[in-house]
Amino acid sequence: MIEIKNLHANIDGREILKGINLTVNKGEVHAIMGPNGSGKSTLAQVIAGREDYEVTKGEILFNGKNLLELPAENRACEGIFLAFQYPVEIPGVSNTTLLKNALNSIRKYRGEDELDAMEFLSLVKKKMSLVELSEDLLRRSVNEGFSGGEKKRNEIFQMAVLQPKLAILDETDSGLDIDALRIVANGVTKLKSPENATIVVTHYQRLLNYIIPDFVHVLYDGKIIKSGDKSLALELENKGYDWVIEEAAELV
Amino acid sequence: MNEISHLERFTEQEYKYGFVTDIEADEIPKGLSEDVIRLLSAKKAEPEWMLEYRLKAYRAWLKMEEPKWANVHYPPIDYQEIVYYSAPKQKKKLASLDEVDPELLKTFNKLGVPLEEQKVFAGVAVDAVFDSVSVATTFKAKLGELGIIFIPISEAIKEHPDLVKKYLSSVVPVTDNYFAALNSAVFSDGSFIYIPKGVRCPMELSTYFRINAKNTGQFERTLIIADEGAYVSYLEGCTAPMRDENQLHAAVVELVALDNARIKYSTVQNWYAGNKEGVGGIYNFVTKRGICKGINSKISWTQVETGSAITWKYPSCILQGENSVGEFYSVAVTNNYQQADTGTKMIHLGKNTRSTIVSKGISAGKSNNSYRGLVRIGKKAEGARNFSQCDSLLLGDRCGAHTFPYLEVLNPSAIVEHEATTSKIGEDKIFYLNQRGLSTEDAVNMIVNGYCKEVFKELPMEFAVEAQKLLSVSLEGSVG
Repeated sequence: MIEIKNLHANIDGREILKGINLTVNKGEVHAIMGPNGSGKSTLAQVIAGREDYEVTKGEILFNGKNLLELPAENRACEGIFLAFQYPVEIPGVSNTTLLKNALNSIRKYRGEDELDAMEFLSLVKKKMSLVELSEDLLRRSVNEGFSGGEKKRNEIFQMAVLQPKLAILDETDSGLDIDALRIVANGVTKLKSPENATIVVTHYQRLLNYIIPDFVHVLYDGKIIKSGDKSLALELENKGYDWVIEEAAELV
Repeated sequence: MNEISHLERFTEQEYKYGFVTDIEADEIPKGLSEDVIRLLSAKKAEPEWMLEYRLKAYRAWLKMEEPKWANVHYPPIDYQEIVYYSAPKQKKKLASLDEVDPELLKTFNKLGVPLEEQKVFAGVAVDAVFDSVSVATTFKAKLGELGIIFIPISEAIKEHPDLVKKYLSSVVPVTDNYFAALNSAVFSDGSFIYIPKGVRCPMELSTYFRINAKNTGQFERTLIIADEGAYVSYLEGCTAPMRDENQLHAAVVELVALDNARIKYSTVQNWYAGNKEGVGGIYNFVTKRGICKGINSKISWTQVETGSAITWKYPSCILQGENSVGEFYSVAVTNNYQQADTGTKMIHLGKNTRSTIVSKGISAGKSNNSYRGLVRIGKKAEGARNFSQCDSLLLGDRCGAHTFPYLEVLNPSAIVEHEATTSKIGEDKIFYLNQRGLSTEDAVNMIVNGYCKEVFKELPMEFAVEAQKLLSVSLEGSVG
């Protein structure tokens, strides 16, 4: 589905990503872990198309298309969804308005008919239960006055409505209590299908108790220094990152 | 819900009202003098008292000076280069809409203001002012049954002289300011509305102002009186052709609300703003003021200002009656080289009077947008309350936003609150919406519309949609 080859990216002249290689296939869940400042969020933002980052080398293919040539909105329309670590507030714009316009924009891009108000509403109702979101939050302005947990749930709800091919969850577990974490994780798990893929960017192992990854990668200093299966996540939880970093250093 | 689909269609266009109607006009020579005023008054077959009123205003105006305190800049206006009266040639007084020049009807249809009564969307009666005169007023008969008077002010001067004499200049005195004095001397037409006691006007009343002729100033005069317990909602729309010269628009609007009366006045102002280099456009120097004369009366101003090269306008409320309420909701957008100095005045005189000010400024391009507002609580205004919220939104880094709030509180029991914010439209918000599949243009429209929502919700439905479209056109190309 997505193939990242030797990806290098800068921000303000500082190199953050220093040669990322990663392939994610349909139906897979990949976890990207690593200490603070290793470049995890940068990777997520670069895939989504944030222009603050300059890609200096490498390529990203998404279902065969050169992703780096597309603006962020077209990447979204191609089926990439980023659940933000810090979802922004947009005063005066209701969640429903945002989602309806977003969904129809994506459908239009794909040559599908736009949904009318009734069709949209029934879709939304169905998806709402997935993350136990109250109807009240639909009418309120996007993320305005939402609690931390509500914001994260709202991201997953948007993901459920937009049905992406590749979902990237950027630190979706940060700031969540255990109940909210369970709700969010269950939502993500329910949305999983053989046709889509998920990249989970996280700091801690605990989210991976709910969203079981097929692969775990350790990102350090802009590179993936170790990959493994879900047992790697548990090992990291017990032993920290230092041993992986040392191991990688020996290889150089 | 379908903001974007509406907006999408409009983001591609430039000023679409910029056409000129080719119609024979009855003009008087340019320039201003007592003779010109006599001629103008004679052309309108006005009674003697009206001519006297005009001459008095003219003589006062000669002694006054153009105000310079506003945060706007423009070359001196040559008042002798302006044509003060231009009317589409019509052979006689019109008995019905069928007799209106088809060329004129076409113009208003093109502007989206259908004058044929059967086509007018339900519940809006329209008065159309073309250059200096009112060309058609719809739904006259239906309103007449309720005793509502909705006619051009030039007719009101002849048909209801008592009402006009009693209220004209009762809110904005002739010598109130330079442009008000000029307007009093030369105003040619506008709307006159009287809602009798206890009548709730069943439809929106609307005037559509159009400047067509070259070098012409438009000086309309509007007078609205809501008698005891009456209610009226009035809408005003304006457009002008695209011309390289600046044209002057100096209107005066007066509102009078008696006991328990309510007046809701909404404006969607879209005069030609000049081109991207700042050439041409309308100078919109307008005095709008309402008086809540009676107890429990209420006046609400809602304005969406997207047009004009320069806007200089402060719709105000004098809250004289006890428990009276004044409201001001404003969205002012400036782009390219536009300048706006706009705001309101809330003058609290009566006990327990309340006022609310919500002002949303949006600046883009190299434009300059100022909010200027005065809240004055008089000595006797026991228990008066004001809440003001002034927000500025900047698009890009070459535009300016300024806030000049003035407060004068003479009664210690008053409560006055003022909140102000200035923000830039954030890249992070745009990226968030991009990531959800929306183009940058749509993202900006969505953010701006959300920002203006508090004001748009005060507009009648159809006009709220119109206002959103206008906003997107005005800001087109300002981001990216």
